[in-house]
Amino acid sequence: MSGTYLGMPAFPRAAAVSTRDAQLRANLTHATHTIRDKRARAVAELDDWAQLRAAGAAVKDRTLRHLDRYLEQLEAAVVAAGGRVHWAADAAEANRIVTELVRETGEREVVKVKSMATQEIGLNEALEKAGIRAYETDLAELIVQLGADLPSHILVPAIHRNRAEIRDIFRREMGRWGRPAPEGLSDAPAELAEAARLHLREKFLTAKVGISGANFMVAETGTLVVVESEGNGRMCLTLPETLISVVGIEKVVPTWQDLEIFLQLLPRSSTAERMNPYTSTWTGTVDGDGPRTFHLVLLDNGRTDTLADTVGRQALRCIRCSACLNVCPVYERAGGHAYGSPYPGPIGAILTPQLRGLAGPLEESLPYASSLCGACYEVCPVAIDIPEVLVHLRERVVEGGPGVRDGARVVLKPAKGHAAERAAMRAAAWAFDHPRVLRRGMRLAARTRRLHPRRLPGPGRAWSQARDLPVVPPESFREWWRRTRGGSSGQPSREQGDTE
Amino acid sequence: MRVALFVTCINDLLQPRTGRAVVTLLERLGVEVGFPEEQSCCGQPQFNTGYRHATEPLVRRFHRAFREYDYVVTPSGSCAAMVRDNYPRIGAKAAAEGRGRELAEAAALAVPKTYELTEFLVDVLKVEDVGAYYPHVVTYHPTCHGLRMLGLGDRPLRLLRQVRGLELRELPGAEECCGFGGTFAVKNPAVSAAMGADKVRHVLGTGAEAVCTVDNSCLLHIGGMLTRQGAPVRPVHIAEILAGTEESAGTDTDRTEGGPPAARPEESAGAGDSGRGAEGGGR
Repeated sequence: MSGTYLGMPAFPRAAAVSTRDAQLRANLTHATHTIRDKRARAVAELDDWAQLRAAGAAVKDRTLRHLDRYLEQLEAAVVAAGGRVHWAADAAEANRIVTELVRETGEREVVKVKSMATQEIGLNEALEKAGIRAYETDLAELIVQLGADLPSHILVPAIHRNRAEIRDIFRREMGRWGRPAPEGLSDAPAELAEAARLHLREKFLTAKVGISGANFMVAETGTLVVVESEGNGRMCLTLPETLISVVGIEKVVPTWQDLEIFLQLLPRSSTAERMNPYTSTWTGTVDGDGPRTFHLVLLDNGRTDTLADTVGRQALRCIRCSACLNVCPVYERAGGHAYGSPYPGPIGAILTPQLRGLAGPLEESLPYASSLCGACYEVCPVAIDIPEVLVHLRERVVEGGPGVRDGARVVLKPAKGHAAERAAMRAAAWAFDHPRVLRRGMRLAARTRRLHPRRLPGPGRAWSQARDLPVVPPESFREWWRRTRGGSSGQPSREQGDTE
Repeated sequence: MRVALFVTCINDLLQPRTGRAVVTLLERLGVEVGFPEEQSCCGQPQFNTGYRHATEPLVRRFHRAFREYDYVVTPSGSCAAMVRDNYPRIGAKAAAEGRGRELAEAAALAVPKTYELTEFLVDVLKVEDVGAYYPHVVTYHPTCHGLRMLGLGDRPLRLLRQVRGLELRELPGAEECCGFGGTFAVKNPAVSAAMGADKVRHVLGTGAEAVCTVDNSCLLHIGGMLTRQGAPVRPVHIAEILAGTEESAGTDTDRTEGGPPAARPEESAGAGDSGRGAEGGGR
């Protein structure tokens, strides 16, 4: 069993709780700073990083523009190589297809390679309902699964756990899932890894069905690519008789030459490695080697709708490296669970509201879960301008506007609960466009300065709980300029266009 | 060279001494500064909260206010970034919505002449030693929009290093956001305060008397947390440091408006015009 993201509260509510968790904050600060520093060093080694990054973005954009063509090319190549291809419009359809495929094998257990797509659709829970047990074999996913927990990071799903917590989970839970933890297990990393290795080995050797995602799909040959560092993926991709891969449609790249770019961008961005440790590629099936049956489930689940948004579609370039999480000051303090989705951090804040639509309070709050500091854009290996998309989605939240849901054009209504803010923002903008009104307001503020409180009630409490309010000076700059410069603008144009 | 000051709405109302410091500084460097009173807000609070359409009149206003000038200088990294990064987007979106090229053209004219103060000093005036005197220990926080959207790099530091009497202390974790983020501070108060607390801790760790930035909006947040804690560190805009001289020490841009150590506004607000809350000069 594992937790669920369903019904999670809006980001600020969840973050108000998680920011007070001192252990979580300490774990995250330590882990994210370690990875971010290593990444910076690994990226600095390459003189042509900026060009690689631009090339990665360009290949993704070109592929997305012609996605239909490349997907059909991919399908034809996979089928020609002995695989079967299934198309899933949404999570429910994908889960139905995979459940049915596992049932056809007669097996009740499957081993899994770490996969964001299957987290996104809640595959493990769907299989569980059908009486099929899915075993996560990535070390961090194993920790999450044994702890009946949720992943909180794309690359390091158990980043919110420290060694002592992991030892406790292993001691308590491993026996219920298979081989128990060794007697006297300590929290030394080598011992924890060995305990996981022994526990997982049994699963690898007995499983008849493997389930994976893929980092890339090469259209020209129908080849799938999984990039990992533990070797568990290689086991799951080669030992079982049946392999089922669930992959988002945006993961296709046209050629092997294109893949070359991403195999440089991804390892340095995600794990700060120069070269990825285990890169598995497979093309359909081969007699006498690897799985005898291969199914590819191509997942849409909101991707085509996202593609219709000319600003938001850049989120589909994402190669799930998680560099944006590791540099994000908001992620570092709120933790991954506050984002209410397997995609946390800055990329989650733009991906989740697009894949699911601005469907509820959580999705509507995510575009605001950022100070727009821009650190995410700076490190993104495919140059996704996350702040630009965040602001774009904020506009969708407060103003509504055109969009595409389930393939149909719709006009989104503004979200509820923004009426007071909308009125205030419009009033402010109006006042700023009417300087005489503004000047009068500023003069009033200056004259009443001694009456201003240091702390505010109502929505203003959010500011004054942690900070003092500024003191309004007796004279605005504008008044000072008028008084000392006689109201002349000093130079060319005079005030005009004030339609007060 | 016709140079206008874009003071920004926050400085106009809440930190007018920063605007006065820019005028003092530029005039000392031989630049005649204009202040077209038609100017108001760049629209960043509205735009970044999702109200792009409410921002459009302010783009037009910015263009009208400054169209006669060759340079628009602003003591705010984030307002400069708003003009340079977002005005073209606002123009392009309006055009894409079938409302003509007028906004896009206004944006295209505004972008190339808009400079953040330190850019203008280093890139246009080609000056790093502005003849300033500021006998205090200072740490510099590079605000996000200046750092990442404008790419200010070490320009502010190059200017600060030339200030006589100033001792610069390096700020640990300098490039990390202070947590202000405009309406972010109100919409996500827990995270914003947690980020601010870490920034304040780093600032205090430097032992500096003053924390300096190119943005007063971030300083409102950092300074508000500092005064709440009663910390003896004064938030100060870089323009006020660069405007200071031996002769002016004790006048408008330096001591009377709160040279370190800062008096707590609670005390000053009720007890007459002294300390940070006061505007001693120019009454």
